[in-house]
Amino acid sequence: MQTMAKPIPQQAASMPAASAQTAISARGIIRDFQTGQSTLRVLHGVDAEIRSGEMTYVVGESGSGKTTLISIMCGILWPTEGEVRVFGTDIYALSDTELVNFRLANIGFIFQQYNLIPSIDAAANAAVPLIAKGMAIEPARRKAMELLDALNIGDQANKLPNQLSGGQQQRVAIARALVHEPRLVVCDEPTAALDARSGRRVMDLLRDVAVAEDRACIIVTHDNRIFDLADRILVLEDGRVTHDGSEMPEDH
Amino acid sequence: MLWIAIRMLTGDKQKFYGLLFGIAFSTLLITQQLTIFVNLIERGASGVYSAPEAEIWVMDPVSRTTEVNYAMPSTALDEVRSVEGVEWAVPHLRAVASVRTSDGDLEGVTIVGVDDATLIGLPERLVEGEKSILSQPDTVLIDDVGVTNMFENGEDPIGQRLELNDQRAVIRGVADSIPSFTAQVTLYTKYSQALNYVPGTRNRLTFVLAGVSEGETIQAVADRISAQTGLKAMPREQLARSGVDYIIENTGIPLNFGITVALGFIVGVAIVGLTFSLFIRDNIKQFGALKAIGVTNFKIARMVVAQASLVGTVGYALGVVATVLFIWGFSGNPTFKGFYIPWQIPFVSLVAVIVILTLTGWVSLRSVMRTEPASVFR
Repeated sequence: MQTMAKPIPQQAASMPAASAQTAISARGIIRDFQTGQSTLRVLHGVDAEIRSGEMTYVVGESGSGKTTLISIMCGILWPTEGEVRVFGTDIYALSDTELVNFRLANIGFIFQQYNLIPSIDAAANAAVPLIAKGMAIEPARRKAMELLDALNIGDQANKLPNQLSGGQQQRVAIARALVHEPRLVVCDEPTAALDARSGRRVMDLLRDVAVAEDRACIIVTHDNRIFDLADRILVLEDGRVTHDGSEMPEDH
Repeated sequence: MLWIAIRMLTGDKQKFYGLLFGIAFSTLLITQQLTIFVNLIERGASGVYSAPEAEIWVMDPVSRTTEVNYAMPSTALDEVRSVEGVEWAVPHLRAVASVRTSDGDLEGVTIVGVDDATLIGLPERLVEGEKSILSQPDTVLIDDVGVTNMFENGEDPIGQRLELNDQRAVIRGVADSIPSFTAQVTLYTKYSQALNYVPGTRNRLTFVLAGVSEGETIQAVADRISAQTGLKAMPREQLARSGVDYIIENTGIPLNFGITVALGFIVGVAIVGLTFSLFIRDNIKQFGALKAIGVTNFKIARMVVAQASLVGTVGYALGVVATVLFIWGFSGNPTFKGFYIPWQIPFVSLVAVIVILTLTGWVSLRSVMRTEPASVFR
């Protein structure tokens, strides 16, 4: 595992002042899945709010609906019912293309499996959102390099993902999530495959680089070893939010 | 994004080479087999091509090709000469005979008797010797298929003696002619000499070759000959076409080559389809991640099209180059003599490659399009 990240320039500071507070507002979210002849309701009218400047955990047992909720909140899974506003935009009122462009402009993703492209180097992987936005390869790589430097893996920039350790790959994934200066960072089970110490380091790193005044950060996890690092915790049980507070309830 | 698409493709070397092999192999099979097919059936017209001066071929009405012919009375020559618009007309004999070689072997040959005076009916070029040498007694010219078939041990054919219908024949030159469809040895000699070499029948004049006077059209003169003599008169191209059609209609060659070409296509679809699907399946998480990040379906489709285009272009080029090398490599062999690749054949292969890639690319693309971006969180 690398040492603590260098301070990252406040990219988000250049963004328009986000609603200071509410980054995501989800109201009455219901999500059904069709399983053969029957319908399975995974979310039962969930109301939730995610605020900027906070690291919000969405926690719950497997099957509680946390991944479904987060997918809906970041615009990659349509709710059966309900409304989701991200930075004031009703994202499911957008057309398909508008929604895709909205994600590209506003959301950074860190996937549990990283999902780096195996045949391009770390810098190019980190630059993918910029390239997707239409930036030329070289300027995009240069910008990604700055971020990789800040994450202490600048010297690994020319290596392919399979030449990097798991921790280094995760930092590349973090760089990819932040390189286009999104206002919302979504992180899926970042510590699932790590031991306790490494897990805390990753969370410290994420706090350093992903949390900013105008940026919201959502972490989906069921790793109770890192609950104390959250600013806010939403607990989901059987598709319902059962707790919303700065600490885990004692019965968990 | 196209740069990323190409890197994704070329980064997985095994699958990239597999895809290239699939396309190249299909292109090779389709192009090479079609080339051989076209060149083989064109040999049905080799007798016509070997007599370049003749503008009109006159024959018995039942004759169909230069090989499938029926002899006419010798008076036919004068009848043709008397038709208006005929500039010149010469006798031409084509018949099958058996030849005994100096070491006692028996070989079936085609005897071609050309006009004694003008030597019209001989191939344009000789590999060895002069056309005028035919004026020497008992002289025959052999074609290069004959040299290969009858003098396998590298013996010089010039000066070799043959026995034809109890007559002596001496090879004094080698003709540069396109082999016939059956690749039978052909011996060229004077018409008067050929009459001695072919077993005696009452009629032995198989064709009259004619040229048209200035200001006349070939078709009009041919029609006039037919009308006035009752013989069949065909312009050179028409008889060549009849030779090709005869092979198409009377042999299983089109079907056999058609099956091979179809197999080439199916093998291409199978290899490319399977490899491309595997490639897409292996990268489905990455495509899902790109979709989640904010890459539109249109851009993803362009990525897959770019990957298919690269594989198609390189694979097709390799396949065509391999075919050219094949034809070039065997060009010294009389079996492949005169083989060429008509431009239509690479075009047909290109269309086949486009169909293969469109088919397989579309199937693969569908799986990418169906991938929900949310799947990356599962």
